[in-house]
Amino acid sequence: MHYFIGNLGHLFVITSFVTAAVSAFAYFKAQQSSNLLRQQQWKQNGRLAFYAHSIAVVGIVASLFYIIYQHYFEYHYAYAHSSRHLPGQYMISCFWEGQEGSFLLWLFWHACLGLVLIRTQKTWEPPVMAIFGTVQVFLASMILGVVIPWVDLKLGSSPFILLRDALDDPIFNLQPDFIPKDGSGLNPLLQNYWMVIHPPTLFLGFAATLVPFAFCMAGLWREQYSAWIKPALPWALFAGAVLGLGILMGGYWAYETLNFGGYWNWDPVENAVYVPWLILIAAIHTLMTAKGNSAALKYSIVLVVATFLLILYSTFLTRSGILGDSSVHSFTDLGLSGQLLMYLLFFTLCAVVLCSVRWKHLPTDEKESTVYSREFWITLGATTLCLMGFQVLVPTSIPVYNAIIESFGRTSNLAPPANQVAFYSRFQLWFAVALALLSGTAQFFWWRSITREKIKSEMLPVALLTLIVFALVISLTRIYTPAYLVLAFAGIYIIVSNGRFLVSVIRANPRLSGGSLAHIGVGLMLLGVLYSAGYSKVVSLNNTGLLIAKEAGDEFNRDNLLLFINEPRAMASYDIEYLGERYEFRHRSGYVKKSDVDLTTDPYKVVAKKDIVYKNETVYHANDTFEIYPENTYYEIELRKGNIVAATLFPRVQINPAMGGFIASPDIKNDLTRDLYTHVSLPMDPQAEAEWSETEEVRVKIGEQFFVNDYVAVLQEVVRIDQLPGLELNADDAAVKARIQVQGERDTYYSEPIFVIKGKTQVGRISSEVADLGIKTTLLNIHPDTQEFTLGLNGRQKDWVVIKAMEKPYINVLWLGTGILMVGFIMAILRRVKEWQVPDMKRH
Amino acid sequence: MKKSHIIVLVVIAVAIGIIISTAGDASTYVNFEQAYQMAQAGNASAIHVVGQLKKDRNGQITGLQPGADLVSFSFVLVDDAGKEQTVFYAQPMPPDFTRSEKVVVIGQYQGNQFIASKILLKCPSKYQETTVNASL
Repeated sequence: MHYFIGNLGHLFVITSFVTAAVSAFAYFKAQQSSNLLRQQQWKQNGRLAFYAHSIAVVGIVASLFYIIYQHYFEYHYAYAHSSRHLPGQYMISCFWEGQEGSFLLWLFWHACLGLVLIRTQKTWEPPVMAIFGTVQVFLASMILGVVIPWVDLKLGSSPFILLRDALDDPIFNLQPDFIPKDGSGLNPLLQNYWMVIHPPTLFLGFAATLVPFAFCMAGLWREQYSAWIKPALPWALFAGAVLGLGILMGGYWAYETLNFGGYWNWDPVENAVYVPWLILIAAIHTLMTAKGNSAALKYSIVLVVATFLLILYSTFLTRSGILGDSSVHSFTDLGLSGQLLMYLLFFTLCAVVLCSVRWKHLPTDEKESTVYSREFWITLGATTLCLMGFQVLVPTSIPVYNAIIESFGRTSNLAPPANQVAFYSRFQLWFAVALALLSGTAQFFWWRSITREKIKSEMLPVALLTLIVFALVISLTRIYTPAYLVLAFAGIYIIVSNGRFLVSVIRANPRLSGGSLAHIGVGLMLLGVLYSAGYSKVVSLNNTGLLIAKEAGDEFNRDNLLLFINEPRAMASYDIEYLGERYEFRHRSGYVKKSDVDLTTDPYKVVAKKDIVYKNETVYHANDTFEIYPENTYYEIELRKGNIVAATLFPRVQINPAMGGFIASPDIKNDLTRDLYTHVSLPMDPQAEAEWSETEEVRVKIGEQFFVNDYVAVLQEVVRIDQLPGLELNADDAAVKARIQVQGERDTYYSEPIFVIKGKTQVGRISSEVADLGIKTTLLNIHPDTQEFTLGLNGRQKDWVVIKAMEKPYINVLWLGTGILMVGFIMAILRRVKEWQVPDMKRH
Repeated sequence: MKKSHIIVLVVIAVAIGIIISTAGDASTYVNFEQAYQMAQAGNASAIHVVGQLKKDRNGQITGLQPGADLVSFSFVLVDDAGKEQTVFYAQPMPPDFTRSEKVVVIGQYQGNQFIASKILLKCPSKYQETTVNASL
């Protein structure tokens, strides 16, 4: 038992909690004190406390990682989320499989951002860091794992809890020091590189939304109503970029790993981060005009506060267990819902009180902004974004309404819409159209000098070009659905209008091009979504007229393709051929045929039957023992055009009899204009007994040719062996192994049946199967007199797999748009950082 | 009337529209009896039923019928009112299905069969898992 590291970790947790509270208090005093010397002293104390807090947070992370890395399975976190065979890079993913680890990650990012702010924001440090400290107190309390003795209240859930304290297993009564030999492992769907980088990115985005909120609160607190905007704006942009990137990475992970065939499913958990992001984007836009316009300032304050509170609300939704009946992947309740609610309500109350106290002191405009001002268009755009978020928020919160109604003793049976994708898409499409039209038009009003007369001559060329491109695009890609036509038009309009703006901006000052680039990115994303989701189609159509599985419904039989091994079929302009089941190498990239290895007693180790060649390189030699991942089976599928191999796909399946069912992950062939998205929809049941043909006997000599199931085979040699897996051989026992070479359609296989004589009288025969060819050989008898051997040969139905393939047209446009959006964000951040560094730089 | 007033009115109208449409499209949590009544009354909308898998005295799940292949299966769900109903699902069994403590099926009755179009599982949190893997 390694008690020390857990105790150390827990000590770090408590330290981080206490130091966060001290830091918040000291910074609060620094802000409130009127004495300059006192201010300085409190600020120094606050800073020291925050440094100590950051060290403690790093200490927690390091202790937890040490426990996972060293496989200390006496700790619940390591046991529940890791295992000995987990590859190193995925040990990081263990952190966020559990709730405690993801709070830790959030805590960590806040600490990092806090340190950056201490270094860069000398004047704003006390009020901003007071808010940071308070947030950290709440977050650290989530992993505190301390029972307050006299009220018997458990505060937080510690990641350093011992297995015996977490589980109520009888073994711990008998053996309190029992340590499991292996952990229960990480969810295989999370063993993906996107899952290594998606959660940290998303949480960095979550954490970054605190910065503009803290500046906004600080500004109201200090009654410096617009001075906070300048330092807050680059951070708001940073938060928008990172949160957006995190959301998209999640979408890409879903696209690549889950087999529901899309990147966005409108699941409540997805919606819970989508809504704050939309509001944040609205806030970024109003912030840009808030300095000179007090209506925009007020709007900005509301939006910045709303963004942060929505992040807290989304945390509450996904972690309190309240979505349990409506989401596929929410966390289950850890008993933290009370604490989460406190966290949400505390900041809601603080923000609302502070805003209402200060509201009447905010400056007011003398007159409304005109239709010819950018303020007007930005307000419209921000409002559309808010409504867009509102439309998602209202149905996503249905479980909350039920909980509230039930807390008053009534019952409510409202459930979220049954078909989420259709429900949300129907509305969001029109909001997207409105946004694109607004954003495209707003560009004309960006410069202050625009007038009614000038606007026409500015708009005309853009309108014409939009129409030309639109006509070209729809005739080339054949869009006929009215709603999609409108969306395509809006998407092209935003691209053309911002493109024109981009050209003029690049001439004037390229550093200002971030906004128009970002908008072009959004336009491309809209088009990408329109094609890849709206025109996604199944290409693996079953045209044979034969049912694949009788009980499986018409849709399944229509949309799936049954592939027998080594029998090519035509699909989506390719010849498609299934080449057999593969294992993935553990210590290098690549795949090995299941038929080319023998299993050993250790499921992770196999022995090569022949030299293992992957991509023309000999990776392992015959009789080498090497490691593989036994949980995953890959199905090698070749796509050919004529005789040229266009792609080799390896869709994955995990069959887990203990849990029932199988998990399929797709493999994707990326063409320039489309993705071919292929996943296994029905694998062969590995537990089903094969139906072998009746045994055919042949009597052959070494080197003699014969036929097995129409394949040419040669008995190459028969050798004595001293070791048998799973069977003890004594001195008077004998075992021989025959090596039969079989020439398959595409490759040479080896079948190695074994003949054992135990105690001189007992005879045992171990057959050998070549799954790829559907054959089995048995060494039936040895005739020393004639030097002949009797072989038993069986055949069966060939291996098969059922796949489903979908075509996702122009999905690359979506990824391209994402990239351009991110570049736009980065340029905008750089520009605003520069503006903040150079005081009062003249605006373009 | 000022421009801003018009905008505010439009926003309020859209917001009300959103709320009404949500209320209209929202599904409901019902039990099997109510779902059956709805289907009989010609209401074909998909509804949510919450229940637990049927278990025998030893806590073993009963009534689980895998299809001949792995592509579909049916199971017996006991709703909150205690009514047992066989549910058909034309897709492979979701992982962790047998470990779930609560199952939400979304679908409707077709005749006397309940056809699920989607299944949501609530699995026990690792803290409620009370046994260590025995093979260790």
